Amino acid sequence: MALLEIKVNGRQYRVEVDPWANLLDVLREKIFITSPKAGCETGDCGACNVLIDGKLKRACLTNALTANGSEITTVEGVGQKGALHPIQIQFYENYASQCGFCTPGMIMASKALLDDNPTPSDPEIKEALSGNLCRCTGYVNIIKAIKAAADDMSGQGGEQ
Amino acid sequence: MSELKVVGHNKPRYNGLGHVTGEARYVDDVFVPGTLAVKALRSPVHKGIIKKLDTSRAEALPGVHGVVTCEDVPCNTYGYLTLDQCVLAEGAVRYKGEPIAAVAADTVEIANEAVGLIDMEIEKQTPVFDPVEAVKPGAPLVRPEGNVLMVGERPYRLVYNGDIEAGFAQADEIIENDFFFPSQEHAPIEPQVSLAVPTEDSRLTIYTVTQGLYFLLKQMQRILGQGEDVSERWSKRHQYTHHGMGFSDIKYISCDVGGAFGGKTELHADAIAALMALKTGKPCKWRWTREEEQLCSMRHSPWLMHFKDGVTKDGRIVARQVFTRHDAGAYTGLSSYVVDKHAFYVAGPYYLPNVQVKCQVVYTNKVPTGAIRGFGVTPGTYACEIQMNMIAEKMGIDPWELRFINAMRHHDQLATRTKLDSVYLIETMQRLAEIADHPLDEKFKAMDSSPREA
Repeated sequence: MALLEIKVNGRQYRVEVDPWANLLDVLREKIFITSPKAGCETGDCGACNVLIDGKLKRACLTNALTANGSEITTVEGVGQKGALHPIQIQFYENYASQCGFCTPGMIMASKALLDDNPTPSDPEIKEALSGNLCRCTGYVNIIKAIKAAADDMSGQGGEQ
Repeated sequence: MSELKVVGHNKPRYNGLGHVTGEARYVDDVFVPGTLAVKALRSPVHKGIIKKLDTSRAEALPGVHGVVTCEDVPCNTYGYLTLDQCVLAEGAVRYKGEPIAAVAADTVEIANEAVGLIDMEIEKQTPVFDPVEAVKPGAPLVRPEGNVLMVGERPYRLVYNGDIEAGFAQADEIIENDFFFPSQEHAPIEPQVSLAVPTEDSRLTIYTVTQGLYFLLKQMQRILGQGEDVSERWSKRHQYTHHGMGFSDIKYISCDVGGAFGGKTELHADAIAALMALKTGKPCKWRWTREEEQLCSMRHSPWLMHFKDGVTKDGRIVARQVFTRHDAGAYTGLSSYVVDKHAFYVAGPYYLPNVQVKCQVVYTNKVPTGAIRGFGVTPGTYACEIQMNMIAEKMGIDPWELRFINAMRHHDQLATRTKLDSVYLIETMQRLAEIADHPLDEKFKAMDSSPREA
């Protein structure tokens, strides 16, 4: 066991982890942050996407200890009921979730995109989501939601 | 007219806020302290006889809390309609990936290691994969009773109306085609998972991934309880439960479902998670890997379909004979229901004075098949509509017009001889043509669904 210190959604955590543990299992099973999902555990589906120091990463492919000292954001940290982020509002308003299992990963990929590029074109949105699978195939509404969120955010003069 | 409240209005997505905030709770998001990880030993061969199964080395591994085999299942046979499937293989395996034994351990790693320590000898047998090969005389038997599902006395479901031979005699042209609809995996992003928690009085709370709770509850009650054919082994199994489980002993909770598409209406992880919980007295979670989901979960069956139509020069289909073959995989599952639905609809929404439909369910050494979006109707519609286009091409008739000529009207009969009260296919097609900007002959624009003369 090794000691891992990470900040998740603004809160500091200190947990004992196996040296081989991946970040997804640590988030879900040690600190019970369950929005990152285990869809494939091979990096293919994007359901476990999180931001590590602002960069989009697959939690299932990230050895937890390599994230030691970093700041991690999951969808719980993007916004909560009563204080939703524009991306969350637009995903909800545009029916961009069906079963909802891929949604947290989609929102994290969208957040990484809009943080980097506040006015993405359609091809840029598609490129940014190319690592996320939605088996319900709700891609059209997901793209609509991201465009609407980009409009909202630029209207507000930047992030949040 | 009163104002419509739902139709024509946007309504918020059910649990949409849960989805975007991460608050939605899927089975794998439910944590109970002390939960053990379950892993299964699955058949490495497509067909075989289990010669030896010794779990003692697995049981002795530190961190292992229990191992179950068919000996631990109160009632090992289950199925929606035909009780032909085993929770854990008993003697024979009929598809690659069929569960044989399961282990519950402190961690997934230990459970996996324990599965590797189960001593098993399987005598490989020759499998059969192609449904056409499987029905040939001398083909390897998937099941002792034969490779075809009997529907009453017949090896196929028969639906007919009129006189098929007399119909062909009236035809100017006979048009025959073969169609193939391949197998599909549902591939939900959330793999199969079940969490079984023992509670007081040997009761169980099971968190599962399904929209068909009561379908599964009935089967679980049979497996864990006093199934109709509980054997004398039940007394031995009493050690885990004080009594046979009844409906009231199983608290079944369906969490948010991460995509199903039909693939979660059948029993996958629940029975084995429950057996492990009963055996160990601890909460047990069985989460399938992506590989298991893709390779071992129930799938959509492939279909082979043959259409033979007798058509007159003016485009009337006076006889339609359909023979289809449905590859069920190794067990029946929902196939007997699927084949009925398929047989009732495969001839299409057309007026067919003479029609004969035969649909056969064939067993092969593959993963069992079952529900997926439309059961057997989707493949049937695909074949039927392509056949309509091929008839149109051959007869030199516009494909739209061919459909108007043959469209069902009020009071027409289906192949099942069900008389339909109202149809409105013609009006639907007229509206479609309008929306699609497809020019229609005045003759077809003037048509309606009023009953044809007797």
